[in-house]
Amino acid sequence: MEKTVDTASGFNWEKTKAFLLNYALYIILGVLIIVVIIIEPSFLNARNFLKILEQASTRGILALGVAGLIVLAGTDLSAGRILGTCAAVSASLLQSITYGSRMYPQFETIETLWIPFLVTLLIGIALAVLIQVFLKSSLGFILPILATTGLGIYYLTQQQTVPVWLPLLFSIFIGVIFGLINGFGVAKLHLHAFIITLGTQLIAYGATCIYIDSQKGGAQPLSSLDKQYTDIVTGRINLGPSIHIPYLVIYFAISAIVLHIIWTRTTIGKNMFAIGGNTEAAEVSGVNISRSILYVYLISGILYGIASYLEAARVGSVTTQTGLNYELDAISGCVIGGVSFSGGVGTIPGVVIGVIILQVINYALYYLGVNAYLQYIIKGLIIILAVSIDVRKYLKRK
Amino acid sequence: MSEYILEMIDIDKTFPGVKALNHAQLKVRPGSVHALMGENGAGKSTLMKCLFGVYLEDAGEIRIDGKPVRFTNPKQALDNGVAMVHQELNQVLQRSIMENIWLGRFPLKFGLVDHEKMYAETKKVFKELEIDADPATIIGKLSVAKRQMVEIAKAVSYNARILVLDEPTSSLTEEEVNHLFRIINKLRDQGIGIIYISHKMEEILRISDEVTIMRDGQWVATRDAKSLSTDEIIQLMVGRELTNRYPPKTNAPGSTILNVEKLSGKYQPTCVDVSFDLRKGEILGIAGLVGSRRTELLETIFGIRTRESGEITLYNAAGTAKKVWNKDSNQAIRNGFALITEERRATGIFAGLNIAFNAIIANIKNYAKGPLLSNKSIGKDTQWVIDAMNVKTPSQNTHIRDLSGGNQQKVIIGRWLLTNPEILLLDEPTRGIDVGAKYEIYQLILNLANDGKGIIMVSSEMPELLGICDRIAVLSNGILAGILDREEATQEKILALAAKYI
Repeated sequence: MEKTVDTASGFNWEKTKAFLLNYALYIILGVLIIVVIIIEPSFLNARNFLKILEQASTRGILALGVAGLIVLAGTDLSAGRILGTCAAVSASLLQSITYGSRMYPQFETIETLWIPFLVTLLIGIALAVLIQVFLKSSLGFILPILATTGLGIYYLTQQQTVPVWLPLLFSIFIGVIFGLINGFGVAKLHLHAFIITLGTQLIAYGATCIYIDSQKGGAQPLSSLDKQYTDIVTGRINLGPSIHIPYLVIYFAISAIVLHIIWTRTTIGKNMFAIGGNTEAAEVSGVNISRSILYVYLISGILYGIASYLEAARVGSVTTQTGLNYELDAISGCVIGGVSFSGGVGTIPGVVIGVIILQVINYALYYLGVNAYLQYIIKGLIIILAVSIDVRKYLKRK
Repeated sequence: MSEYILEMIDIDKTFPGVKALNHAQLKVRPGSVHALMGENGAGKSTLMKCLFGVYLEDAGEIRIDGKPVRFTNPKQALDNGVAMVHQELNQVLQRSIMENIWLGRFPLKFGLVDHEKMYAETKKVFKELEIDADPATIIGKLSVAKRQMVEIAKAVSYNARILVLDEPTSSLTEEEVNHLFRIINKLRDQGIGIIYISHKMEEILRISDEVTIMRDGQWVATRDAKSLSTDEIIQLMVGRELTNRYPPKTNAPGSTILNVEKLSGKYQPTCVDVSFDLRKGEILGIAGLVGSRRTELLETIFGIRTRESGEITLYNAAGTAKKVWNKDSNQAIRNGFALITEERRATGIFAGLNIAFNAIIANIKNYAKGPLLSNKSIGKDTQWVIDAMNVKTPSQNTHIRDLSGGNQQKVIIGRWLLTNPEILLLDEPTRGIDVGAKYEIYQLILNLANDGKGIIMVSSEMPELLGICDRIAVLSNGILAGILDREEATQEKILALAAKYI
């Protein structure tokens, strides 16, 4: 009887509530944008949206890495400082050769040389697959990265030219090393992720400072980057008079799609959810817990490396403070995007939306000319609001 | 080829404070169902966890097909043809049925997880086992019984040669049990060695070929199931202590002190329209199957679960009625309630803190002296707990995790007595406690009843309820199916009531 009444009135509060909760994030994003447009109609402009996406991209890639660690019921406080270290290495190798006080004056040319890059990439992937298939070993990822990095360093010592993509490999290498240290701490030493990443955060910061300080001229910013490098990062594809798709957005999209596949279609991804959701269940099902955790940290390290290489060129200059608090933006993006801090819950589309919401808030407050200090307060409130609505979905009532 | 598919010889395992296994033995023939029996804490689950590589045995040998094996993790056990349905359902509730079933061995296609194959294979297993469920459903949305069937299907899907079922029927209805037995018979015909752990005598005698009985971590006997009767099994399980497992009943129930009227909780799972009363100095047992919401009933009375409707009335010594509605534990404590929770490790003890802290925590505001707490009165009350409860501990500063389960439980009972309760709610008070220590806990409970406290005690061990309770209320699916007096109560009557509303 009740059901017929419901259909007659055409409104079912329980269902509406469930719908609102399930799509809370998208609704919040929509409402935010509409409010800003009402206040300032000129906001409604393709350029603004592409700009928001572009600005969200590097932190978005960082957030993709952090998200996996949060799904494991961990976190990463070191992401921002690791980005600083990797970015410093990338920038230092690719300073313009016309810049007098560049860090490595011995290099005379910077070349694009895409063919060796593609060859190295293919060899790396082939190595990884071979090791995975024949040795069934977790070295599948790390060996090719080690090998190509070693080759790259050897190449640099022999030549006066730097291939523009080589620092990307170095950056990934450093990201992976830090990721593995974090992963080792969590998986083998059984430290809480908070603690081990608190430690590596300081280590990475120290390393960045020492590296930047080792320049002949002392601790000056690593700036005047080579144009070939900045073009790869900040270039755009022109699709008509006012629509220019930034490369960064494309890199972010590709990273997100690859990660989405890893999360939903690979053993690593599924094990990650199982471990985050119920470690004991994963263990009695024969999942190798520590190896799976290491994999997730390794993937996050790769993403940090990529984000760093891009961020250095996007900003155009790297100092000891590059990357400061980036991890907090990444973590905020993840939790706004519905990745649960208690582990086992989260999606890549959610993370992408979360990162974009955060950037929309940043950009809109700036666009509306809100007082800079007030911006922090509003941002804080919106994060609390978004997450407290989102957690209702999983709240167990007693 | 060995006569046995599995031999476990002289297995020892010690945990802090408890010798869980002491020269335990188990020999299973292929194509047979071998029942493993013993009281709670007899070491059955521990022995199986040693087999499955969850625990590493301290000493002894495990042989499969006559060859010694030593598993250091469950994956090795699974790879060597040993599968297990665990007593506690180890499932990732946020994920789908099929992901739970194939966890640890996802089917791959071009390096990616093959969802179509996973779905089809799950369907196939379900069809063979006549389980009706969509493999893509999130597992947390299923009933406990369904989840248990999924867990059994998972174990079967490993095509193992040794299959361990640790209390697989704890939350199944009779029909589902018959279903499970059809599956087991099929597997037995395929030559699989099945180890079956259960407390239910009739089930054991119906399904098993051989029975091994354990007591206090030791092997007691292995017999042909056909030659055994229920009485013999109980005698072997309980051993010499059969005559005095429970202290003599000395309490005499007085006037009514608590009345519960049509109590229902707001959020599922919950009790529905439960009414009963409790008298001064009475021990009221609460029986029921797993999932019958006994814990939920206690928690609703105590106020840590939200109440939908119903009334709770307290009567003082003069017989004056007072309606109470506990909104949280603080209010419950002020109203004279105490709750000793089921999961001692998870919700009872503060493992890394000392006995003094664990003893006084529920009563902490009474030690305030100005802004600080008085160490002197804390020390005095802790000593009272240690003396009155007969806690065996080197000092007040010992970490509670270093005590045995029985002594931990005594500290927790003492903790609640310090709050001076009138009504004690005990949830599985003897779970995971050595047989000897159980007697002391029973004595404590009886002493409390003698002192005029009202006691409500939830237990899954029917003999325990029959041994010390004055009346036994039986819950079935959250509904009160009946209350039996001590004189008329039997295991059969309790079981019949427990199945009433399933």
